[in-house]
Amino acid sequence: MNPRRKQRLTIALAALVLIGGAIGLMLYALNENIDLFYTPTEIIDGKNGQKPYVGQRLRIGGLVVPGSVSRDQESLAVIFKLIDTGPQVEVRFNGILPDLFREGQGIVATGTLTSPTTITADEVLAKHDEEYMPPELAEKLKGIKHVKPSEAEY
Amino acid sequence: MWKWFSQYAKPEKAYQLCGTLFRWFWLPSLLLILVGTVWGLVFAPQDYQQGDSFRIIYIHVPSALLSMSAYVAMAVAALVGLVWQWRTAYMAMIAIAPVGAVMTFIALFTGAAWGKPMWGTWWIWDARLTSQLILLFLYLGVIALYSAFDDKQQGGKAAGIMALVGVVNIPIIHYSVEWWNTLHQGATITKFDKPSIAPEMLWPLLINLLGFALFVAAVSIKRMRNEIVRREIHRPWIKSLFLENEK
Repeated sequence: MNPRRKQRLTIALAALVLIGGAIGLMLYALNENIDLFYTPTEIIDGKNGQKPYVGQRLRIGGLVVPGSVSRDQESLAVIFKLIDTGPQVEVRFNGILPDLFREGQGIVATGTLTSPTTITADEVLAKHDEEYMPPELAEKLKGIKHVKPSEAEY
Repeated sequence: MWKWFSQYAKPEKAYQLCGTLFRWFWLPSLLLILVGTVWGLVFAPQDYQQGDSFRIIYIHVPSALLSMSAYVAMAVAALVGLVWQWRTAYMAMIAIAPVGAVMTFIALFTGAAWGKPMWGTWWIWDARLTSQLILLFLYLGVIALYSAFDDKQQGGKAAGIMALVGVVNIPIIHYSVEWWNTLHQGATITKFDKPSIAPEMLWPLLINLLGFALFVAAVSIKRMRNEIVRREIHRPWIKSLFLENEK
């Protein structure tokens, strides 16, 4: 390689490393703001030493605690609890739940913290995992029986 | 090796190579996409929790993966253009750019169509979706910058720098679902573990992946051939080529 090409290669690679480093540092500094949601543990114990305050708009993501879903018979109002590894947070929602909403399913809810452990949500989104398998296999492997939302008992 | 590779700095040699590769790629790519899509959409079993909606994976995942691979290929061409100043490298770069942009758009579009029934929303500003949208803007930026110059060598240089800088976005897209809490699920097949998808669902996906890869390659190669002819139209070798074809 002749010296001029070598110089150009060095400049190009140095620029790439510098810009990559700069963007890396930026993302590192923004780290907590890029997260889409708080987990229930982070709502109760705080994230990076900062606890969300009552009245703050936020997103929460966690698994619906089995047996915690209670629907109002008269309206669309629904109350359920979310959990990740520790404490549970209650979510109140009045609206149409996504098809994938089930007990044990991961969901993301946007809303306002109305008490330290309660969120009043105005949007509930379902999160699904990266595993795909036929229903028979899922039943054998994980003991999950697929129930269509219209046939669910809750 | 390098000597063999560097002969393609000559437009004439590159033109011949593109012709050969295109003949190998286009038919298999269409056949693979046909087989993979029909298999995936009709014969693969339903998913245990998403039912039939998961089938959009057979378009979504190949286009998303190819949008990133095409970007890396484009950036490598840009690097060769910037350092060794091959004219053909910039031609390759600009040939790939619109193809990659279309793949990015397909990934975003099918993702939105998948997100609405499953997540409950078309769009959400989570790290994976946002970084993929930035990828689309990077492609469009490269195309716009290249076309803004009358001198194509200058335009290639400017667009090449942009393409090269944008490479930092590729690992961000890939690892966004691991680094941050996102609504988008984690990787199913592009990881070192065993793919977390049942084999009878995986096969059509792999076939479609290969089909999309060959398709992107074939279209890019065809575009590059056209670009070579457009830029070299006054060179004697092109003239003799066309005279030969007329005989």
